Amino acid sequence: MTDTKKTTRQVNVTSKTSVSVLFAGDSGDGMQLTGTQFANTVATHGTELNTFPNFPSEIRAPAGTIAGVSGFQLQFSSKPVYTPGARFDVMVAMNSAALKANLKNLHRGGIIIAGTEGFDEKNLKLAGYPEGANPLHDGSLDNYIVFPVPILQLTREALKESGLSSKEVDRCKNMFVLGLLYWLYTLPLEGTMETLYAKFQKNVWMAEANIRAMKAGYFFGDETELFANLGRFDISPQKQHGIYRRVTGNEACAIALTAASKKAGLELFLGSYPITPATEILQTLAKKKKYGVKTFQAEDEIAGIVSSIGAAYGGALAATNTSGPGLALKTEALGLAVILEIPLVIINVQRGGPSTGLPTKPEQSDLFMALYGRHGEAPLPVIAACSPVDCFYTTYEAARIAVEHMTPVICLSDGYLALSSEPWKVESPDNLAAITPRFQPAREAGDPPYLPYKRDERQVRSWAIPGTRGLEHRIGGLEKQHETGNVSHDPENHELMTKLRAEKIARIADSIPLQSIDNGPLKGDLLVLGWGSTYGAIKTAVEQAIEKGYSVAHAHLRYIYPFPKNLGEILGNYKQVMIPELNNGQLVHIIRDTFLIAPESYTKVQGVPFNEMEILTKITDLLKEL
Amino acid sequence: MTDNDTTIKTLPVLTAKDFASDQEPKWCPGCGDHSVLQQLKQVLPELGVAPENIVFVSGIGCSSRLPYYLATYGVHGIHGRALPMATGLKVSRPDLSVWVGTGDGDALSIGGNHFIHTLRRNPDLNVILFNNEIYGLTKGQYSPTSKIGLRTVTSPSGVIDHPFNTAALTIGSGGTFFARAFDRDGKFLRSILQRAALHRGTSLVEIYQNCPIFNNAAFEAFATLDSKADNTIYVEQDKPLVFGKNKNRGIMLDGFTPVVVDLDKDEFSTSDLWIHNEADINKASILARFADEESLPRPFGVFYAEERVTYEDALAAQIKDAQKNGCWTLEELLKGENSYEIK
Repeated sequence: MTDTKKTTRQVNVTSKTSVSVLFAGDSGDGMQLTGTQFANTVATHGTELNTFPNFPSEIRAPAGTIAGVSGFQLQFSSKPVYTPGARFDVMVAMNSAALKANLKNLHRGGIIIAGTEGFDEKNLKLAGYPEGANPLHDGSLDNYIVFPVPILQLTREALKESGLSSKEVDRCKNMFVLGLLYWLYTLPLEGTMETLYAKFQKNVWMAEANIRAMKAGYFFGDETELFANLGRFDISPQKQHGIYRRVTGNEACAIALTAASKKAGLELFLGSYPITPATEILQTLAKKKKYGVKTFQAEDEIAGIVSSIGAAYGGALAATNTSGPGLALKTEALGLAVILEIPLVIINVQRGGPSTGLPTKPEQSDLFMALYGRHGEAPLPVIAACSPVDCFYTTYEAARIAVEHMTPVICLSDGYLALSSEPWKVESPDNLAAITPRFQPAREAGDPPYLPYKRDERQVRSWAIPGTRGLEHRIGGLEKQHETGNVSHDPENHELMTKLRAEKIARIADSIPLQSIDNGPLKGDLLVLGWGSTYGAIKTAVEQAIEKGYSVAHAHLRYIYPFPKNLGEILGNYKQVMIPELNNGQLVHIIRDTFLIAPESYTKVQGVPFNEMEILTKITDLLKEL
Repeated sequence: MTDNDTTIKTLPVLTAKDFASDQEPKWCPGCGDHSVLQQLKQVLPELGVAPENIVFVSGIGCSSRLPYYLATYGVHGIHGRALPMATGLKVSRPDLSVWVGTGDGDALSIGGNHFIHTLRRNPDLNVILFNNEIYGLTKGQYSPTSKIGLRTVTSPSGVIDHPFNTAALTIGSGGTFFARAFDRDGKFLRSILQRAALHRGTSLVEIYQNCPIFNNAAFEAFATLDSKADNTIYVEQDKPLVFGKNKNRGIMLDGFTPVVVDLDKDEFSTSDLWIHNEADINKASILARFADEESLPRPFGVFYAEERVTYEDALAAQIKDAQKNGCWTLEELLKGENSYEIK
């Protein structure tokens, strides 16, 4: 770092509380990598952080077009942040399509760093600008601060003696941008340098070329007059002392399953089939063999869940992960898990639907399917994570409920949480709840016969796993006689078993925490009731509304079935309840149905998360009406 | 998790009775399934595995009721999915002896995808495929092994779907063991079930099983005394392919084409005949195709047996390798590999 300091001219450094940055370019421009590196540096620096990647579902959509634009947004701040920012303050646009696709979300007066080569005639045409129009020159960006930088040309100059092919040189242009942003926000280069050396262990020259490009970007900030008026910025780190790691929601789910298996003393088995945006859970767990984790990439979604049912029958902590279309395929097997009454965790990372829908985009439209998407009376617990870090705690809780209540549990995440990341203060094993499997002990000669469906006071049956002497028994998808588990078609017995299975799930409400108010008064004009990934936007909006003096509170549901016992009471403490959801209104039905109240539904089905401004506007509009 | 006290040494001598559950079989009188259950109950005590370490997994169909009638652990799953359920169980519990009861509809129609993928992965399962060439439980619709022209309630003008050849499908899917047996030949069926139990890997045993209600006498040509000898051939390792009432007919290979020869005529002797070799996948593939050729006798016995690493062993080896420097702790898991300290 000393060498960069030496050459840094005296440029004004302004302190700021928080900044939202978007790296946008063609999907081949390496924007995800650039954003991830920037996020890692910011996190290690100790600032609060929230990231959100946004990319097309095609691996390589046509270069230069709007469809091919890939973005990585992050907000970093001296105070806690819960969203990547409603609008960004700074946009890196590697080409004209990236600018065109994202300009509407840039603050007025925001900064645009534009790679001028991406604004040549060909790129402008591909982005759909009228002939002869160039936003960098035609005055259409007068409301913004625009820095046109010949990124490609400067990268080529920096690497002209690197020995790299011209294609390889051009690929380093994202590192130039990264260096320039590090300069702009007075951030260190060391973290990325270490990463590059580690990544290119066998091709040190490649690491060095990337670093040279990054330093060229950094020095460019210094040397050019371009940024003289703007100066540099500093977001001072405020995080508490401690050990942190940055996790995405999908990584957090994978870590939670492994942690739960360790804590419960069970082996973890994941039967899974790759599906966007849930695949990283399988990928992360496939790398956890040193913890004894067994992953099984099945031939299809059905085999994914059914293999997990087999493993659960054998005594493993079994899980499967999927997204909407996969959950649809798993529904018959879910019914089997319900009637077998065995533990199973199903992580559903929701995406836009129906059918293939919007595979890479978040949506909360699988709530009905999670609750009701099985034939027959087949209730099971449904819980939902609200942030990337919360994916850990919610998945862990799903495993606890599954094992201790002998039931499949659906844990809902979505494409936003799955790929977003935030810093996580490393958790101590002692803080994790105990998970206690109730294995049925071996039966000795003279003991009464084993009754597989005998229940305890919570209506939970015991887990009798093969290999245990004296417990040989047969179970299956056919209706079972109460207690003995023998096949039974008796009408009264079927009704009894249906009610017992339902009661078992309903009674889980006895062992989960009461609903709390996240922020705001315990009684008031408006309660914003959320679930899942809308947490950050609602939290930020409610904070702002409270600052403005509105009587508004925020409660966020983790437990959707069964609900916390005090939810009805809480809902009654406010004149009005508003439920924002990334669907066409699903939780609102369930709340209306359960509590006979008329909440205000606020929905968005665009494949993008809510931003805090939208929620804030809705809050203020509603309270004006009151 | 398992009871490790149970070893072969301490086992009391068990009999077929010890493997009978308290449930009365609900198959129709005269159904071939009764015979298969009988033979299994006789074979299981001879395997030296305690009943608590045996699991029967099944899908849906008449054959899939099998687990209810055996005094071992058992799971009766959903239609077509017995194989992935058994795979998940075996992968997580390699110590168990895992058996699958399935049928031609369950395994080859709704479970067809699982069938081919299980075979290529080769987990150590013993799969008993009851092939009656019909859907019995749903009352007589044609199945993926029904013969062309078979008239059923869903094919009133005759079946037009070309049937699956189970043996060819098994070998083509990368299966490591295929044998065919017959419900009416109990002794032979027992010997095949024993071979299947001993094979490490997925053992696929196709049993021709008569459905007296919906597809009676589908295998009559291989059963009746006067036609059986000429229509069947029982293959044995290292033995020439000989069949016929007086063991006077044999199979010779003319290039890749099997030809029936008459040993009574001086032209050929047994030394000219095809010698059965379970390890030869090419010969097994030709043998599998006998069923498509009316002039050839129907083979029974072990067509193919290959030693190949099982899925669960390969996975266990990878885990062992990942843990060669010790198992990792929960602390290490939570901290991760890219944590950083804020001072």
